Amino acid sequence: MRYAETGYNLEIDLTRGSVERVETDPKLTELHLGGQGTAGKILWDRVPPEVEPFSPDNLLIFSAGLLLATPVPGANRSAVDTFSPQTNLYSHSLFGGFFGPELKHAGYDKIVIRGKSPDLVYLWIKNGQVEIRDAGHLKGKGALQTSAQIKEELKQPEAQVAAIGLAGENRVYMATIEHANSSASRGVGVIMGDKNLKAIAVRGTKDVHIARPAELFEICNPMYQAIFDNPHCGDVFLHEDDEEWHVNNFAWGNARERQKGYWNKEIEEKWASISEKVRLRWTGCYNCPKDCHQAISYPGRPNYFLKCYSKLTYAMAAYKELDFNYDILGVTQEYGLDGFSTPQLLAFAVELYEAGILTDKDLPKFPSDSGERFFYLVEKIVRREGVGDALANGVYWAARQIGKGAEEFDHNTMKKFEQVPLKLGMINYPYFLMYATGEKMNITQIEGSYPQIPIAEKKEREAFVKNWDAAPERFKKWYLEWEPRQHPSIEAAVNICDWNEAMHYVDDALGTCAFLSSFRGQFGGRPPYHMYNLPDFISRATGMDIDTDGLWEITRRNRNLIRALNVRRGLRRIDEKPPEDHWKKREPEMETKLLDAYYEFKGWTNDGIPTRETLDKLGLDYVSRDFLERGILADSGDAPAKETSAEKKKET
Amino acid sequence: MDSESRKKIVKEIKVDLDKCIGCRACEVACSAFHARPKYSSTNPARSRIRVITDDLNDVYVPIRAGDYTPAECTGRHTYTINGKKYKECSFCGVSCPARDYFKEPDSGLPLKCDMCEDDPPLSEPMCVQVCPHDALTYEEREEEATEEVKQEDLEIGLESLVNKYGLDKIKDIVARMSGPKEG
Repeated sequence: MRYAETGYNLEIDLTRGSVERVETDPKLTELHLGGQGTAGKILWDRVPPEVEPFSPDNLLIFSAGLLLATPVPGANRSAVDTFSPQTNLYSHSLFGGFFGPELKHAGYDKIVIRGKSPDLVYLWIKNGQVEIRDAGHLKGKGALQTSAQIKEELKQPEAQVAAIGLAGENRVYMATIEHANSSASRGVGVIMGDKNLKAIAVRGTKDVHIARPAELFEICNPMYQAIFDNPHCGDVFLHEDDEEWHVNNFAWGNARERQKGYWNKEIEEKWASISEKVRLRWTGCYNCPKDCHQAISYPGRPNYFLKCYSKLTYAMAAYKELDFNYDILGVTQEYGLDGFSTPQLLAFAVELYEAGILTDKDLPKFPSDSGERFFYLVEKIVRREGVGDALANGVYWAARQIGKGAEEFDHNTMKKFEQVPLKLGMINYPYFLMYATGEKMNITQIEGSYPQIPIAEKKEREAFVKNWDAAPERFKKWYLEWEPRQHPSIEAAVNICDWNEAMHYVDDALGTCAFLSSFRGQFGGRPPYHMYNLPDFISRATGMDIDTDGLWEITRRNRNLIRALNVRRGLRRIDEKPPEDHWKKREPEMETKLLDAYYEFKGWTNDGIPTRETLDKLGLDYVSRDFLERGILADSGDAPAKETSAEKKKET
Repeated sequence: MDSESRKKIVKEIKVDLDKCIGCRACEVACSAFHARPKYSSTNPARSRIRVITDDLNDVYVPIRAGDYTPAECTGRHTYTINGKKYKECSFCGVSCPARDYFKEPDSGLPLKCDMCEDDPPLSEPMCVQVCPHDALTYEEREEEATEEVKQEDLEIGLESLVNKYGLDKIKDIVARMSGPKEG
C-alpha cells in the first residue's frame, strides 16, 4: 500500500481526448518527495528543450503536494508546472484552497496534461470516472463564475474547481488559474488556455492512507492551536491595516519611486474603514487554522477573494488609494490576471503613453484618470485588442514589439519576467544571490527563512537565537554577529541564499504552505514547520525514514533538477542579473565574487551549470549524461571534477 | 401514566457561523477519529460533520450528521439571514437521498455523529478540538429531564396506525416486539 500519496497520476491527452490512470514509481517519491519535485522529473523526461511552450508537447502538470490529504495542518498547496512562453523557461506556481486534497481523495497525486483540445473543454474527475466535457458555453466567463456554474451543472456542490478566465483563454502571459480563495500565478494560466482547457473539476471520496497514523495524529493535533497562536505565521501583513511598511518601501507607478512620507494616521484610518466595509470574512485553506484570505464584496462587482500583497499592487501602480484596488480586483480576478505582474504592465503602458511612444492611435479615447486608464487597458489586454495584443505578452516582449524606445521603460524585469517593484539603496548580498539565481521568478518564492534585518541590541539577538529551532547552528552564529547596516560575509550570504531557497523546495514538494514555513522564518524566526520537525511528519505519514540531512539532500536534488531544466533550455550566468536599478548602489566586483562563490558552493560551473560530479552524487546521472551529449558540459571541462570525485572516494 | 423525572447530560456543540473560516479541519479530524483502525486514514466524505460551503455567497455552515431518512422533504425553505440566502438543507443534518452528505461513500450507509464517544472519554469531540477559531465550541450540562407520555397522544398515534394497517397487523407486531429477543 502507498501511504500519504495515492501512487497514481492521471494522464490526459487533450489532442486525442484520452484519459489514463498510471501507477507511479515509489522510488521517485523517495528521491523527490512529490509536488514540484516529481513534476520536475516528468518535465525532464518528457519535455525536451526543443519543445516550444505553445507546442502540444509541452506539459501542464497539477501536483498535489506529498502531505496533502494527510492530517498535517496547513498542507494544502498544489504546484502547477510547465514551460512559459514569456521566459521560455520552467514556470512554477502554487495555489492553496481545497483542490489538491480533493484530487488526492479522487485517487491521484497529479494530473499531467498534454496535447491541445480542438475546442474549449473542461475536465470532470469523480474518483475513477473522468470525462473531457465541452466548455463552449463557458467561453468568456469569469474564472470564479465558471467554477460556480460547473458545480451547478454537475450537481456537485462539493466538487473543487480550478479555472481560467478570459485572460487565459486568450493566452495572455499574465493569466492565472483561479480556485476558490486561491490562484496560481506566474504564467501558468496561459498554457491552460493554450491547451483549450477552461477548467478542471474534481470530486474525491476515497481514503488516503497513513503509514503510522496514531503517531502522526499525536504530532498533528497540537499544531492547530500552535499555528493559530503563532503571531509570526500566516499572512501577517494582510491582517494589518497599518500599511506603512509596504507603502514606504515598495515603489509606486511602473516600479519607479518610493513615497516615504505618504503614510499617516489619517490614511490608515481611511483605508481601515474601506477594508472593513468590503470584507465579508476572513477565510482559510484546507485543514489550516490561519485565515489568510479576505472574502470581498465590492459594490457593483462579483464577490471575490483577496490574498497576499495584491491588496496594494494595483493602487500603488496607478497612484491610487485602496478602494481603487478593491474595485479593480473585482474585475481582474474574474478575468484571471496575476495581481503582481499585471499592475506593473499597466503602469508601464501608461508611461509609454505619457512618453508619446503609445499614442491616441494606439489607445483611442484613452481616459485621463490613472485608475480609469487601468480599467481601459485591462479590457484591451484580456481581449488582445489593438496594442493590447502586444501588452498581453508581458512587459519584456511588449517593449520589444512596440519598439520606438519602449525597451528603455522595461527596467524591472529579470529573465524576461516582472519582478516585485522594489527599488532600494544599498545592495544586499544574500538578496542579490536570491534574485540572480532563483528558478522561481519571484523573490517571495525564494526568500524567507533568514531574517531580513538584524535586531539592533545584541542581548535581544541572543534571546532570539536561543529558541530558534528552525535554524541550523551556523546561522545562529552569523545572526549573533550581525550588526545593523553590516553586510554578511560572502560565505554567510551564500549559505543564507541556500537555506532560504531550500525551504521553498521543501514546501513545494510537500505542499506545506510557505506562510507556515519557508516564507515565515524571516520575521520572528518561529515558523511552525522547518527542516528539523518536518522529517518527523514526513516519516510518520509516508513510512519513509527521513531525517534532516536526508531532507536537505532531497531539496538539493530537486533544486539541481529544476536548474537543469532551465540550463537545458539555455539559461546561463549571463541571465542571472537582477534589474539594474534594483539597488541604487551596486558593487559589481563583489557581485561577481558572490556569484562565483554561490556557484562553487552549489557545485556548479562558473557559468551556473551543475557539474557532472554534483549531478551524479545526487543520483541525477541521467542529467549529466544528457548534458554531455548535448555539449552543455564538456568532457574535458569536466575532467578535473571527475578526479576530485575519485579522490574523495579514495579518502572515504 | 405518571411523569418520570431524572437527570440527563446534554452534549451540545455550539456553532458560530460568523467565526467559521471554512478550513474543514473539523471534517478531517472527524473522519480520522472514526476511521478503523482509528486515525488510519482521512476522508472528509466520511466525516460526520460537514461545512456546507457556498464561498462566493459567503455561506459556511458546519452541520452534524443526524438521523437517516429514506425520503427527501416534499418542499424546502430558503432562509434569508442578514441579507444572505441559506437553503434549508444547509442547516439539516439528516442523511437523506437528496444529497451526498453523511453517507459512507462506498456503501451509501448513513453516518451519524456520536459526539466522539470513546473510552476514556475525550475532553471534547474531535471537531471542536481542531477549531481554535471557536466556530465550534462544546458544552456539557445537566438537565432535569421530564419524560411524560400523554395518554391521548398514544391513542391518537395507535389509532392512525390501526386505520392504516388494520388491527390484526398491529397486534402481530406488538406480539412479536413483546416476545423474547434473539441472541
